[in-house]
Amino acid sequence: MTRWFPFPLLSFALFGAWLLLNESLSPGHVILATILAVGGALALTALEPPGLRLRRPRAIAELAALVLVDIVRSNIAVGRIILGPRRREEISGFLVVPLDMRAPYGLATLATILTATPGTLWVRFDPESGLLTLHILDLIDETAWIAIIKGRYERRLMEIFE
Amino acid sequence: MSATILAWSLVLAQMMLAAAMACAAIRLVRGPRAQDRILGLDTLYVNAMLLLLTFGIRTGSTLYFEMALAIALLGFVATVALSKFLMRGEVIE
Amino acid sequence: MTGAADLPAWAALLTALLVLLGAGLALVGSIGLLRLEDFYQRVHAPTLGATLGAGSILIGSMVFFSVLQSRPVLHEILVGVFLTVTTPVTLILLVKATHHRDLDAEQPATKTEAGDDRPAG
Repeated sequence: MTRWFPFPLLSFALFGAWLLLNESLSPGHVILATILAVGGALALTALEPPGLRLRRPRAIAELAALVLVDIVRSNIAVGRIILGPRRREEISGFLVVPLDMRAPYGLATLATILTATPGTLWVRFDPESGLLTLHILDLIDETAWIAIIKGRYERRLMEIFE
Repeated sequence: MSATILAWSLVLAQMMLAAAMACAAIRLVRGPRAQDRILGLDTLYVNAMLLLLTFGIRTGSTLYFEMALAIALLGFVATVALSKFLMRGEVIE
Repeated sequence: MTGAADLPAWAALLTALLVLLGAGLALVGSIGLLRLEDFYQRVHAPTLGATLGAGSILIGSMVFFSVLQSRPVLHEILVGVFLTVTTPVTLILLVKATHHRDLDAEQPATKTEAGDDRPAG
């Protein structure tokens, strides 16, 4: 099992992507998708990526729902800023957040979440000091933003990935 | 009735997407710095992809979907390459 | 318009609503690209079109084709997955490059000036 499917998640994703792309469940496409799934995963072993173990499916679902809500909410907020009157004072700026998380996949997921929500932008992360620099469009209350990132996202991501 | 509403809202959506592409193109031409132009190009790609999807709905043909996927791929590779160039051209001279 | 006439009313209206919403969000994002004042603010704007805007047009397209062909047409999911994975990558790279350039511009006393100083001194 592990010999043919060293990365079951990736194999499953490739299998699904092939069938979706061809919109067919015919035996021929199922065979091609299986070849792609096995071959893709075997090719990835050559790169030796760090292992990934996903835990707590409930936490994942919770996080996904949370992110969806946040994306909708921040879309509205940023849309308002764009269409609103020109702002006098400079309220967007950089924010430095100290992170406790070191899991590479957790950090990658955090980067995706923060960039996908309009209004927050991942600028750089220093793995030695654990300091994350963000750019925030609506930086009125720094401590509130830090609380959101640490309490809302980082805690759940650490549950899932560490 | 509902088909007419759908037809008109598709036309309206396409006009909005075309206007969005125009905004991105203005940013692409106006700059002022290289990164602004790259950002404009990236937005142009995303908007063009969305416009193709609405064309697909309008004609009822799934062919446009393949085009949209190809545009999304090209846009991603182009933006990554340009950003990489921006970084390397400055840092290593 | 091929076949849209025999679409049930709820599907037609839902598609119209989703497509209009998506196009509107993309337009607002692109207007933001024009209106906001500096680069870092502008990067926030196109995310509107690339996340929720693209998402709602894709769902609209899925609803339309699934009802039209009376079978689930789901390949739009691929575009959605591709967009959510790639948009952060491009934006982070672009911002990182800009950040590097800004840091370089702030402290210009590196290579070129040192090279200029040497023959003079």
